[in-house]
Amino acid sequence: MKVTDTFRFATNAATAAPLRAGLLVLAMSIGVAAVVMLTALGDGARRYVVDQFSAIGTNLVIVLPGRSETRGFNPANLVTSTPRDLTVEDAEALLKLPSVKRIAPILVATTEINAAGKLREAMLLGTNDEYIKVRQMKVGLGRFLSKDEVGRGSAEVVLGAVIRREIFGAENPLGKTVRVGDRRLRVVGVLAEGGQGMGMTTDELLIVPVATAQAMLNSNTLFRILVEVGSREQIDEAKARVLKTITQRHDGEEDVTVITQDAILETFDKILNVLTLGVAGIAAISLAVAGILVMNVMLVSVTQRTGEIGLLKALGATSSAVRQLFMVEAILLSLSGAVVGVGLGYAGAAVLRQLYPTFPAYPPLWAVLAGLATAIISGLVFGVMPARRAARLDPIQALSKR
Amino acid sequence: MSDESPTSTLVSLHGINRTFYLGDSKVHALCDVNLTIAHGEYIAVMGPSGSGKSTLLNLIGLLDRPDEGTYMLEGRDVTTLGADELAAVRSERIGFIFQSFHLVPRLSAAANIELPLVLAGFSKTERAKRVSQALQEYGLTDRANHRPNELSGGQRQRVAIARATILRPAVLLADEPTGNLDRVTGEEVVKLLEKLNAQGMTLIVVTHDQTLGARARRQIRMVDGGIARDVTNGAVVPNDAP
Repeated sequence: MKVTDTFRFATNAATAAPLRAGLLVLAMSIGVAAVVMLTALGDGARRYVVDQFSAIGTNLVIVLPGRSETRGFNPANLVTSTPRDLTVEDAEALLKLPSVKRIAPILVATTEINAAGKLREAMLLGTNDEYIKVRQMKVGLGRFLSKDEVGRGSAEVVLGAVIRREIFGAENPLGKTVRVGDRRLRVVGVLAEGGQGMGMTTDELLIVPVATAQAMLNSNTLFRILVEVGSREQIDEAKARVLKTITQRHDGEEDVTVITQDAILETFDKILNVLTLGVAGIAAISLAVAGILVMNVMLVSVTQRTGEIGLLKALGATSSAVRQLFMVEAILLSLSGAVVGVGLGYAGAAVLRQLYPTFPAYPPLWAVLAGLATAIISGLVFGVMPARRAARLDPIQALSKR
Repeated sequence: MSDESPTSTLVSLHGINRTFYLGDSKVHALCDVNLTIAHGEYIAVMGPSGSGKSTLLNLIGLLDRPDEGTYMLEGRDVTTLGADELAAVRSERIGFIFQSFHLVPRLSAAANIELPLVLAGFSKTERAKRVSQALQEYGLTDRANHRPNELSGGQRQRVAIARATILRPAVLLADEPTGNLDRVTGEEVVKLLEKLNAQGMTLIVVTHDQTLGARARRQIRMVDGGIARDVTNGAVVPNDAP
């Protein structure tokens, strides 16, 4: 029997019982659609987090005080074991490195803002004029901090959009004086709304020059130094140089931790990929259920078509030809279910994206292929038993049955 | 082999035994049957229910195997053949006609007739040629695209006969071919079968119907799995039957 004829006969047999075929295609398509949609969700979550993390800037190397790994004996340990502060001078020194493009020191504290008779708690962020470029944020009104010399903080502040709205309402805040902690600062700008990164919104920030913040907090140490590197390829080199420079400046003691944005992104990527896989695995259970349904339907079909099978054998069909006919029918049914399911899955993901525009719920290609493959394989596996049963039917008994 | 003379041996059964087990009881469907059938014969197999008629027919049709004995079909020992070889022999040399027609309900008349050609792997053009020729021969051209449930009983059996003969088999095995038909259409079908026999095709009919059995040139009467009477009466003209 020719392959094309086998397919034609099997297609004919499958479509001859539209309700049965329809239900089976439905069950299989729900399974595949579940895989496609749930992986779209999982992968969407991964992209969302990665995007959020990328939003803190590009090609970043982050320096934080304190050492996160345990090292063996170091001569410096004998002299002193007190971690040195990470200072603004350290940050300035990093700027001299060849691959470093920009730096932004960061100092963070909670404080109060008091203006126009209103009092509000807010996050104070001390930094320099480069911060806005490193973080790729936008100013909505006025200007960002001016470039000032190290150690000399001017009395100016840039407000987050929410702070501005709550304190000044529709009024123009530029040039107004606000009291932050125990200082009086002049408002020079307002950040554009909606900036975020690392799960922190910039809408409720007060940004002041780093020296001003240090003076307000009576502290010399920095919370972080953000280092922007010229290009992606230079990141590893820059990381080593940054560590070396700071170690030198800190009397040979490696008392800072340098992390790259890439490393963090990679970690998140890995975790969320595993999550997506897990979700896909759960959805695959419904595919297994659909596979069992394929088997059931095909077994019923073999029973209903006993006479036909007997006839085919009497007409000279070999057992393997009969087996192939039923296998092909099972595979065709599960394949069409899989194709419909992929369509449904894509449609579902599109609806999700409509409902939550910020959530990039696109089904990953590997999941679509895996869903299709699983459907076909389950059709194959669960089609084997009914097909074998059909092939083994005794033609005499099969023919005598009406 | 079809060009052999009509007197050469087609089927040769020797010492055939076939036993079925129904629960604890043993049923001797065929007991030590010896039978020789020549090419072009017209045989009626008769006998009461359970006498082994159908078992004999299935055995000749290679759907069943004997427990003991040898079966030579056209000089070839077919008792030793494997399942796939038997299928090939069935496809080429044997045509079946059933009481209940056994048409595939979802396929049109033409597609039902085409089925043996499809299974044998004929090309599409060759199939189309042979099917249209068969439709014409059996007067079914205007019924080609009708499903079996849209055909009359006589038309259905004609489709079944067209299907059984499309590959020009050496022997046509008919199990109660008129059992589900009224007298007039039954008569038509029998005439059709006799016409095929007249063209040289060996015809073996299993029947309860004495009138139908009497038309055959050779009558075999079976009782309890054995051949009780084997009468060859070439002189009997079918029209003389009562």
